[in-house]
Amino acid sequence: MTPIVISKIVLLLFHCNRININITMENNYSKAQISWLVILRVFIGWHFLYEGMVKVLNPYWTAKPYLMDSQGPFRTMFTDMAANAGLMRYVDFLNEWALVLIGAGLLLGCFTRLSCIGGILLLLLYTFSHPSFLNTEYIMPFEGSYFWIDKNLVELAALGVLFVFPAARIIGFDRFLFRVLPDGFRKFVI
Amino acid sequence: MEKEKKEKAPEKAEPKKSSAIGRRDVIKTLATVPLLGAMAYGLVKTRKTSFLDRDISDVFPLSNKDAVFLQPSAEGKKIRVGLIGFGIRGKQLMRALGYAEPSYMDTLVKAKETNPDDTRYDVFMEQDDLNVVINGVCDIFDIYGESASLTGSNINREGTAGKFGPAPKRYRTWQELIAAPDIDAVVIAAPDHWHGTMTIAAAKAGKHVYCEKPMTWTVPETYLVRQAVRDSGIVFQLGHQGRQTAGYQKAEEIIKNNLLGHVNLIQVCTNRNTPNGAWVYPIIEGSNPTTIDWKQFEGDPERVKEYNEYMKSFRLERYMGPDQRDKFSLERFFRWRCWWDYSTGLSGDLLTHEYDAANQIMHLGIPDSATSSGGVYFFKDGRTVPDVLQTTFEWPERNLTMLYSATLASSRDRGKVFMGHDASMEVSNILSIMADRDSERYAEKIKQGIIPTDSPFFTYVPGQSKVDAVTSATELYFAQRGLLYTYVGGKRYDTTHLHMREWLECIRQGQTPSCNIDQAFQEAMTAHMGTRAYLEGRTMYWDKEKEEIIRGELA
Repeated sequence: MTPIVISKIVLLLFHCNRININITMENNYSKAQISWLVILRVFIGWHFLYEGMVKVLNPYWTAKPYLMDSQGPFRTMFTDMAANAGLMRYVDFLNEWALVLIGAGLLLGCFTRLSCIGGILLLLLYTFSHPSFLNTEYIMPFEGSYFWIDKNLVELAALGVLFVFPAARIIGFDRFLFRVLPDGFRKFVI
Repeated sequence: MEKEKKEKAPEKAEPKKSSAIGRRDVIKTLATVPLLGAMAYGLVKTRKTSFLDRDISDVFPLSNKDAVFLQPSAEGKKIRVGLIGFGIRGKQLMRALGYAEPSYMDTLVKAKETNPDDTRYDVFMEQDDLNVVINGVCDIFDIYGESASLTGSNINREGTAGKFGPAPKRYRTWQELIAAPDIDAVVIAAPDHWHGTMTIAAAKAGKHVYCEKPMTWTVPETYLVRQAVRDSGIVFQLGHQGRQTAGYQKAEEIIKNNLLGHVNLIQVCTNRNTPNGAWVYPIIEGSNPTTIDWKQFEGDPERVKEYNEYMKSFRLERYMGPDQRDKFSLERFFRWRCWWDYSTGLSGDLLTHEYDAANQIMHLGIPDSATSSGGVYFFKDGRTVPDVLQTTFEWPERNLTMLYSATLASSRDRGKVFMGHDASMEVSNILSIMADRDSERYAEKIKQGIIPTDSPFFTYVPGQSKVDAVTSATELYFAQRGLLYTYVGGKRYDTTHLHMREWLECIRQGQTPSCNIDQAFQEAMTAHMGTRAYLEGRTMYWDKEKEEIIRGELA
């Protein structure tokens, strides 16, 4: 039951109709709309890229403490992950470079839709690890007060918006990729 | 604008066909690329301030080496073990060997079911197979004896409904167990007043010995134990499992590299505040004069004679008894640590762990002198051993004092701290080093603001820490809360398990364990000096040449 509901929600949120797939829609956006979509994309990209690069450049960085501080229903999964040194090497590597690639993709408007999906998945993982439930306490203090919705989820929603308004086809590398890549790439990649 | 629209028009209708790229297209495609430059500037700055400026490798040279443990040999022979004493510690030692009581396994399974975070079951199941068989057990309390035998048969680490292997023989006396031809090695977890006698007998029978701390109960037997172990050539390990704490090896390196400056004071403590912590253990149902062999509990007549002679010759009768030794008492049987008649008190039970850690880290040897004070200030339950105790040890040749401060009635945490002229180091599962504000070694770095003096500047977490930079606030935050904790090579280890593994491997590989007979002799003598100083109320000195405890004049 649950998988069906989830797949229906995913379809509803990310379904792209033919028009959306095939045209750039430059004329369908006002300049202000394009501007704000680009600003939003660049800001999120900037955030991801910097987070990723700082970790890549620090040879000692590891997600271990963060994962060990996990709470909520998936806590054991994350703490088990943290306890496995062999696995953590891959987890750290994937997290660092996923942040960098997603960040660069959004900043440059390159494979934007793919970057949005990647970003949403990463943010979902962070949310599962550190959900903003009432009465959960984290060692790493949050910088605000949250109930269910924290900044990760706001960013996640923003990536959803960017996915369904692919303005990088107007301002960004995707403008070029849109022309040269086959149609199949349009649905989820650019 | 018009022009632009015109240009885009065909693209809109037939995007595939239009491959002509105009200047505007290029600009729109690459519009955000310059931002990468801004990002790069930020990254270079960040890296410089957050990383390079934290470098302290010039004043704080430390290797990247992780703790080294003796690794099991691939084709070691199976060692046949006998266990004496299946009380609280005996049960723990059996678990460390891979043998748990079935009822205990039930508890672990249940605990895991109700609380998924309770990992004790998984940790125990993942614990390495030490390739030992339990061939004999001995306990003078029938319930413990039977339970030990059942536990020794729990070869598959199962609960009460499990399938068991052959049960080890339950011996009624420890002498029979030691004499058994199918036992190679003996684990001694009997009360303190039996440690020495059993070790001597086992050594004479050529059996390897793992003995719980302290090594001895009386001073005279301490020499005999050392002699017996040396003469027999058996592999002897004293039960200070702290030896296997990964951080201690790094602490030793920090001292060796003189990174604390001259260490002049060591503070070690015991901070407990529960009846259990004060040795008021539960009295087990089913215990009575018919299920407990009291005669054996009384002790080895020779040892008891040594004890009586010492106590009487220094008019310490008030610390003896108060019950007659031959009078059956459940309290004295289960809570024997509360009476000098069987116990070594705080000195033997808990000071020894602290001393052994300091001895491992600083190679102190037996102190030049010991002074003690304290009393029974909280647990006025008839005990004769103090529940508050301070002992001061001096090493004038090393220009160093060690203060042991213990209370069983306050759990305020006071750490194990090595205080030096340049920095102090707090030792637990992690190491935490705080620079002294008046340090000479770190003066320059303190002035530059690289090394703080209001919080530790370096925290070592085994297997995790970088060794060339100041520990960041976040790293410190987690380390102090013990979140990053003893996973050796990615696997969680129980130190007692590692300590027994080392002993067994030394037997197989013909090596010497970390807490060998010489370390044990130092431990026992140091504890005895502290105890005698307390009992007699005067300073005890160590004559290095004669290897004897000398009394100071009474004030």
